[in-house]
Amino acid sequence: MRTDALILSAVFGYLGLLFLVAAWGDRRAAQGRSIINSPTVYALSIAVYCTAWTFYGSVGRAAQFGPSFLLIYLGPTLAMMLSPFIIRKMVRIAARQRLTSIADFISARYGKSAGLGALVALISLITITPYIALQLKAITVSHAVLISYPQSAESILYNERFWMDRSLWVALVLAVFIILFGTRHLDASERHEGMVAAIALESIVKLVAFLAVGLFVVFILFEGPGALFTQVAQTPALSQLMHLESVPGGATGWVGMLILAFLAFLTLPRQFQVLVVENIDERHLARASWLFPLYLLLINLFVIPIALAGLLLDAGDPDSFVLTLPLSAGLEGLPLLVFIGGLSAATGMVIVETIALSTMVSNQLIMPLLLRFKALHTDSKGGLARWLLRIRRVAIVLILLLGYLYHALIGDSYSLVTIGLVSFVGAAQFAPALIIGLYWRGATRLGAVYGLIGGFFMWSYTLLLPGFAQSGWLDSALLIEGPWGIGWLTPYALFGLEGWDIYTHSLLWSMFINVGLLVGISLFTRPTLLEQTQAALFTEALHPNLPTTSHRRGQTTQGALHELLARYLGLKAAQQVFSTRTQTLSTFQKDQPAADELIMRAEQALAGSLGNASARVLINSVVRGEALDIESLLNMLDITTQTLEYNRRLKQKSDELTRIGKDLQSANDRLRELDRLKDEFVAMVSHELRTPLTSIRAFAEILSGSQAVPEEKRQHFLHVMVLESQRLSRLIDEILDLARLESGRMTFDAKTLDLAALTDHSLEAIARLQEQRNVHLEVTILERPANVIGDPDRLEQIIINLLDNASKFADPADPHVLLRLYKQNQHIYLCVEDNGAGIEPSAREHVFEKFHQLQPGDTSTGGRPKGSGLGLPISRAIAVHLGGRLWVEDAQVLKGACFVLTLPEAEPNKGNPAP
Amino acid sequence: MTKVLVVDDEPNIVLSIEFLMEQAGFDVISALDGEQALECVAANEPDVVLLDISLPGISGFDVLEALRSHTATVQLPVIMLTAHGREAEREKGFALGANAYITKPFSTQALVEKVQTLLGEETS
Repeated sequence: MRTDALILSAVFGYLGLLFLVAAWGDRRAAQGRSIINSPTVYALSIAVYCTAWTFYGSVGRAAQFGPSFLLIYLGPTLAMMLSPFIIRKMVRIAARQRLTSIADFISARYGKSAGLGALVALISLITITPYIALQLKAITVSHAVLISYPQSAESILYNERFWMDRSLWVALVLAVFIILFGTRHLDASERHEGMVAAIALESIVKLVAFLAVGLFVVFILFEGPGALFTQVAQTPALSQLMHLESVPGGATGWVGMLILAFLAFLTLPRQFQVLVVENIDERHLARASWLFPLYLLLINLFVIPIALAGLLLDAGDPDSFVLTLPLSAGLEGLPLLVFIGGLSAATGMVIVETIALSTMVSNQLIMPLLLRFKALHTDSKGGLARWLLRIRRVAIVLILLLGYLYHALIGDSYSLVTIGLVSFVGAAQFAPALIIGLYWRGATRLGAVYGLIGGFFMWSYTLLLPGFAQSGWLDSALLIEGPWGIGWLTPYALFGLEGWDIYTHSLLWSMFINVGLLVGISLFTRPTLLEQTQAALFTEALHPNLPTTSHRRGQTTQGALHELLARYLGLKAAQQVFSTRTQTLSTFQKDQPAADELIMRAEQALAGSLGNASARVLINSVVRGEALDIESLLNMLDITTQTLEYNRRLKQKSDELTRIGKDLQSANDRLRELDRLKDEFVAMVSHELRTPLTSIRAFAEILSGSQAVPEEKRQHFLHVMVLESQRLSRLIDEILDLARLESGRMTFDAKTLDLAALTDHSLEAIARLQEQRNVHLEVTILERPANVIGDPDRLEQIIINLLDNASKFADPADPHVLLRLYKQNQHIYLCVEDNGAGIEPSAREHVFEKFHQLQPGDTSTGGRPKGSGLGLPISRAIAVHLGGRLWVEDAQVLKGACFVLTLPEAEPNKGNPAP
Repeated sequence: MTKVLVVDDEPNIVLSIEFLMEQAGFDVISALDGEQALECVAANEPDVVLLDISLPGISGFDVLEALRSHTATVQLPVIMLTAHGREAEREKGFALGANAYITKPFSTQALVEKVQTLLGEETS
């Protein structure tokens, strides 16, 4: 029953179904009733990630390395979980700038560089062709297995001529399919709705086929998972395989494989195509971010059971277990379904990948070359548009043939998994330029170019070259001894890095070089204006205030612009660009200057068809003065970063100025206050000096006057004059003391002295005065010696001043004064109390103000002059200068005022005893 | 007999002015602070007042203001006799109704003449 005819009719029947679905999708799109505008279809189209490699190779890898194949699917799961941060940004940028491929995307990011675009396209072609070959090989092998079972498939594979190979024919049918549904529009940024619909269908078919074979193996061949795993447990070689240690390269292998799959998922041209270019609505990402991982989980559910079953039953080549297991059970229908499933996995990948590559080849490789030929610029209207489509179609056929050639010539020496992973590492080289470029504004074109070249070189050396050596195209001694026998250049153990699996090894070195060059060179190169603009548009893509694209200012006529669009895109497309706005074609005037917005739209339309770099070249050919309106762009961007930063600094400065202003104001106020105080002081000094002078002058004039003064009065007047003169000179002394104290010019003869002895001395000096005033003086000295550091003359001045004040303010009827000296907390306390009225707490600090005078209890004490009001301020200033304090409080014993002087206790000075 | 009231908190200044005024043939009464001064004016009805500004308690300016606010004393000649020589204080004195303003230290002769002049104007 398994005849070639039946299989072929199934194959072409399936392909025919794809044609129908794609045609239906395109027709619905043309009617404006899209069938793919759904997050579910979007998620299914992303499942193009699961190729024939997944379908056949996962089981193969699980049979060889245990659960490590899962990492290939955990990477994309991670990427989808992070899609709000990375993929959403890519989708938004690509939609705004109408980018058509990963090469276009990277070239746009780095200043619409044609060279960089060409480089990405070229690398894609080199790294992806083997991957296409891998799909074709899978079709060939699976067909051979199906035909020749139970004989080995090898006899067919090695004896057939290449035109007998079904995969060649499949490739040719696919070419027709892709040309029909992939090059319908010139505008590559428009969705290929029919193709996406077909891909989504293929994702369903391959999932159903794989689940069917899985269910068959587990529940029919083995009567449930319990039975299967019991048998496995009895086979030690198998149960060991399921341990995590069986991953090549150990822990680094795990991490390396996860990162590799993550990066490849974002950078493989076909993934970029379905994820970014074909995305209809950014919001579809939300559902796809869990639906796609769920799809991956389902399609991997039976991988390990099938691998174990195949090994248990010894079903031949592990890559073909999904076919050989149902075949061995004698089934006919299921193997065919599995074969179709594998076919769908392979064709889905080939279709999308080829569209992506052909767009790159036409837009990034051929178009920039064509634009160099002047002759093309004067071609007839619309001619180039047709040319471009032809180029794409030829590219599709060539890419598929190239894939087929690769498969026919060298593909045999690789397992499915090997080819896939080599391609993964190659595609991952785009990741630094892509991802770093999305987040770091400083990444420059030169950095990206050298990073790519460096990474590509490392990839070629550590994976591609060894592949050739293994195929026998190069001396295999290279792998063991290194080139020219240099050990540390061995491709699989570069610089002595051994014990890693070859993919992680290659990923590490290529990424190290790639990222290093990208970052290093970017730091030392200056981006052009256009690069800066594009970098800003990319890195700030998710910012709400961002303008949709870079503004440009230039001068051209509407006619010139129209002609350009008509020539490259056709008349219809040109008219669309001119009529989409409020302005219709009726307002089109050939000689009128084109508005900036129109130029911008024209460039976008060209970019969608020719790639952004070529579009820029073309627009520049008719627009004079490529002056990017970077100001308006930066103005808007600056709201996010620079202005905020600038504003922050400005505010900081202004705050600083305000503070300085306040400081100045308060300093000024303080100066003004000091000035006022000085004026007041001068006025007070003059007042105080005038008072005794008044008496002196009056009595002098009286005594020298014409009239005789009685002798008794004359004596009295003379006595008053002497007292007032003494008062005057004392006042002058005090004013000078105070001035010197305040200006710090007073000299202190500081030494260790005994305050108790000094007090004795002061009491002797004042004894006579106290006697005159009838003051009862009591002295209690509890500390002797009381060592302090100070100037004896100044300290004596304080003591006498305090005793004098006390006797003045003591109760005049029965004046009592008490002096106490004691030590407390390493301080010497000297307290002078009187039995007067005391001082109100609120007035206590005022007594230390200059010229403040309290009235003595008795104001009628005749010739006794008042104090100057300077004694206490001077005493306090001296005390403070000696590290002590002077204040007033309630008397403890005598109920009047108590003045307290404290000074820090000093070490006794042995060599110089106190006075 | 003409009565002169001397208001000053400096006893020695009061002493000298008392002697001067007595020599010039006036009766002299004295007060050492503002309140005492107002009491003296009420009790003794002096013909002229020599008034210091810096006084314990209420100041000389307050005393002058009080005198000018009573009909009985609104015309009473007052000579400010003070050590406060600043222009602002002098103006304040005149504004409050002082008849003369003499700064300390003063010329004894000028003081006596000023008192005589004021009393002469008063009587004529």
